[in-house]
Amino acid sequence: MPIPVRLRVNHAVTQHTVEPRVLLVHYLRDYCGLTGTHVGCESGICGACTVLVDGRAVKACTMFAVQADGSEVTTIEGLATDAALHPVQQGFWECHGLQCGYCTPGMIMAAVQLLARNPTPTRGEIAEGVRGNLCRCTGYTHILDAVAYAAPAVANASARQEEVAGV
Amino acid sequence: MSDTTPYVGRAMKRVEDPRLVRGIGTYTDDLRLPGMLHAAILRSPYAHARIRAIDTSAAAALPGVVTVLTGADVNDACGAVPCAAAIPDLKAPRHTVLASDRVYFVGHAVAVAVANDPYAARDAVDAIDVDYEPLPVVVNPEEAAKPGSALTHPDLGTNVAFAQTVAGGGDIDDAFRRADRIVKHRLYHQRLTPMPIEPRAVVASYHRGEQALTLWTSTQIPHLLRTLLPGMLNVPEPKLRIVAPEVGGGFGAKLNVYAEEALVGHLAMRLNAPVKWIESRRENAMSTIHGRDQIGDYEVAVKNDGTILGIKSRTIADLGAYNQLLTPMVPTLTGLVLTGCYKIPAVKIDLVAVYTHKMATDAYRGAGRPEATYLIERLMDVIANELKIDRLAIRTKHFPAPSEFPFSTACGLTYDSGDYFGSLAKAKQLSNWDALVAARDAARRAGKLAGIGVSTYVEICAMGPSKAMPAGGWEWGCVRMEISGKVTVITGVTPHGQGQETSFAQIVADRLGVPIEDVVVLKGDTNIAHYGRDTYGSRGTAVGGTAIVMCIDKIVAKAKRLAAHLLETLEDHVVFEHGVFTAPGVSTRKIPIAELAAEAYIAKNLPAGLEPGLEASSFYEPENFTFPFGAHVCAVDIDRDTGRVSISKYVAVDDCGNQINPLLVEGQVQGGIAQSIGQALFEQTIYDENGQLLTGEFMDYALPRAVDIPEYILGSTVTPSPVNPLGVKGVGEAGTIGATPAIANAVLDALQPLGVVHLDLPLTPERVWRAISSTVAV
Repeated sequence: MPIPVRLRVNHAVTQHTVEPRVLLVHYLRDYCGLTGTHVGCESGICGACTVLVDGRAVKACTMFAVQADGSEVTTIEGLATDAALHPVQQGFWECHGLQCGYCTPGMIMAAVQLLARNPTPTRGEIAEGVRGNLCRCTGYTHILDAVAYAAPAVANASARQEEVAGV
Repeated sequence: MSDTTPYVGRAMKRVEDPRLVRGIGTYTDDLRLPGMLHAAILRSPYAHARIRAIDTSAAAALPGVVTVLTGADVNDACGAVPCAAAIPDLKAPRHTVLASDRVYFVGHAVAVAVANDPYAARDAVDAIDVDYEPLPVVVNPEEAAKPGSALTHPDLGTNVAFAQTVAGGGDIDDAFRRADRIVKHRLYHQRLTPMPIEPRAVVASYHRGEQALTLWTSTQIPHLLRTLLPGMLNVPEPKLRIVAPEVGGGFGAKLNVYAEEALVGHLAMRLNAPVKWIESRRENAMSTIHGRDQIGDYEVAVKNDGTILGIKSRTIADLGAYNQLLTPMVPTLTGLVLTGCYKIPAVKIDLVAVYTHKMATDAYRGAGRPEATYLIERLMDVIANELKIDRLAIRTKHFPAPSEFPFSTACGLTYDSGDYFGSLAKAKQLSNWDALVAARDAARRAGKLAGIGVSTYVEICAMGPSKAMPAGGWEWGCVRMEISGKVTVITGVTPHGQGQETSFAQIVADRLGVPIEDVVVLKGDTNIAHYGRDTYGSRGTAVGGTAIVMCIDKIVAKAKRLAAHLLETLEDHVVFEHGVFTAPGVSTRKIPIAELAAEAYIAKNLPAGLEPGLEASSFYEPENFTFPFGAHVCAVDIDRDTGRVSISKYVAVDDCGNQINPLLVEGQVQGGIAQSIGQALFEQTIYDENGQLLTGEFMDYALPRAVDIPEYILGSTVTPSPVNPLGVKGVGEAGTIGATPAIANAVLDALQPLGVVHLDLPLTPERVWRAISSTVAV
């Protein structure tokens, strides 16, 4: 029996009636038209479908859309503005952190969470932070470079936000 | 241009990336066409069974289901899945799109359900009732090769697809007569699953009025598909458009013509509606090609001073149940470069290729060269240990000198250029070899298991001369100066991560003297890139890039004629430099190429006989392959209690000729080494005795993760290839070729004090721990 779900995706309210079995990743791709979140295994291992749900990295193939009801979801499409890439996206570009690009959105979302939790990670901590995401092209070295490259910019950006917010 | 620093040679970030990091690239699964239906496929749970009956009625009655079809419904309309390998006397089963009366491997497609929603299509697949009668299963390739074995395809009367002697160079009998000793060794090259992160995906749309079919597919080879699908679908080539949109990794797995590509095309025509099929990960593991899987008994004829006189082997290759595009050809490639970097005068390989009830093997990244390199590099270490000769010395003893190139091998190849001493010396230097050895010895004295491995490799790339390829090894390209002065480049290669939208733009911008921002590279759509032989075998830049260079040469030659006319001088007086045509000493006028392009299209003032426009296309036919090479050094520590291998140092020196974009070269090398780490330490495709696939998910088939990767020290030497004007050789497969044996040799060096001579790959903690335990226990 389809049931209604209402959630915010990249700050916009979305509302649909879906079968309870519809996975969050399919909801994002097929109902919201946000195809940047990719499906690589449907079993929660490859991490290509990683999104942020209320700020926490979630593999969107391991969650039903109805479980995300009321949540704030951020996908890869929600990171950049038209004018500027998110620092993590910029880092991946600068450091050749991607080849085929299929794992990249999930990898970037995992890195965004990592840097939110740990603004100055060591290389080992970066590797731990993305260990839930598989990449078959790059061999990861440039991905670690990319996240390290992004870290200071992310830290600066959040410091500025806190300043604005008067924290 | 004010800045005239060439783009070629610069580490430039990619033009491909902004769309990909934003998540707005279009992969096949991202396509949404009006009225699109969704297909799902029922696959056999048995490795070998007779299909007694299929009942699709319950499935067809489910809500949203449009149709459910079996082999009886579609196999006559779709031709057989093609194999392009020309192997004399090949015995081959007919490979239908869906199974007919039998299934021959777990994952064999049995029926297809089409529905208006992908979930409904999967429901329908679950509701199909198949009555299977299980039959005897063939899984062990050595048993399969024996007379009296159960048969994979009973109607063939044998499991042997072909038996042939490959690479029969030199006088092998004389080599073994003259030998002081024969070193014997058995080597198994395990079966691997390529596992691109994007599984296969196909969308087809039929345009009834034009009777034309468009097929979007996650493939490396849209052009080969356009050549081969007409024979399956009865759609003439000019009416068939194949598009490879963003492709999420290939590694050879998408260098194929798959049953599903024909099936989805057929469904779109049959149902007169767009149809999408997306492979699941489990399907990818069981019904997309596997790689490797060769067992060889090797004998090496050696003199006591370490001189290698000859190598012979009996190799059994497991083809799986069917021939995919290149299946039977791949094991023959192993013999081509078996002599590696070495002067080994005689080689003989008796190859037996057998069918078993498994998914087909085919070209996985490296295809033949990783096998050969692993074999020769393991053998080098085994021989060195047996004769108590230094591992580096036995290698350098057999290197051809740089002056000996072009170097002809016993396997019948001519290596284009090389400096094997140079790459090994650099690897020694970067690894601080003597200190590394001292540290290993100190660790050993402290009771630790530490080892160092080395591998030197040469590979065969830039595939290739057409006479050596199944269906043309040339490449096509087109360069068009637009009336606006922008440049459109169209290539027949189909990059899917390699970055040629960037590296080709670098080449073109330099040679036409235009800003790189003005160059756009198009690929992957047969309506745009009319001809091509696509991307595989490290051929993109060496073959595809050269076709582009030929186009530019034609454009510049034509532009010079026009410039001479406008400058009122002779062509011989016209100079083209940094994008500007001048005639020094004749005219002070400077004509930028963009202005000239406009003149060429406006066409009011052309010299007599000159066609308007400024566009050229070219087919480039390579005279030879190219032969990149390198030397890798790996140091490992092994935990005695767990058997876990840690790589403490990794040095790779690769020579791929001239580098267009060193950043992309580095990315290719790192990615390749990571796949080697997977092969050496983690990965193996395993079927049990019933032919059940035990490695059908990422849970069971262990890809390396970020935490498994060591810090690399990467170096390169540059020995340009004389084969093409760019001097490039190719780098896409280097890491998967050079690294596996270096890691294996390091692990076995660490275990040598325990008396362990050899372990098969992958060197998992369990396998290493068992080896340690068995030696400690006694």
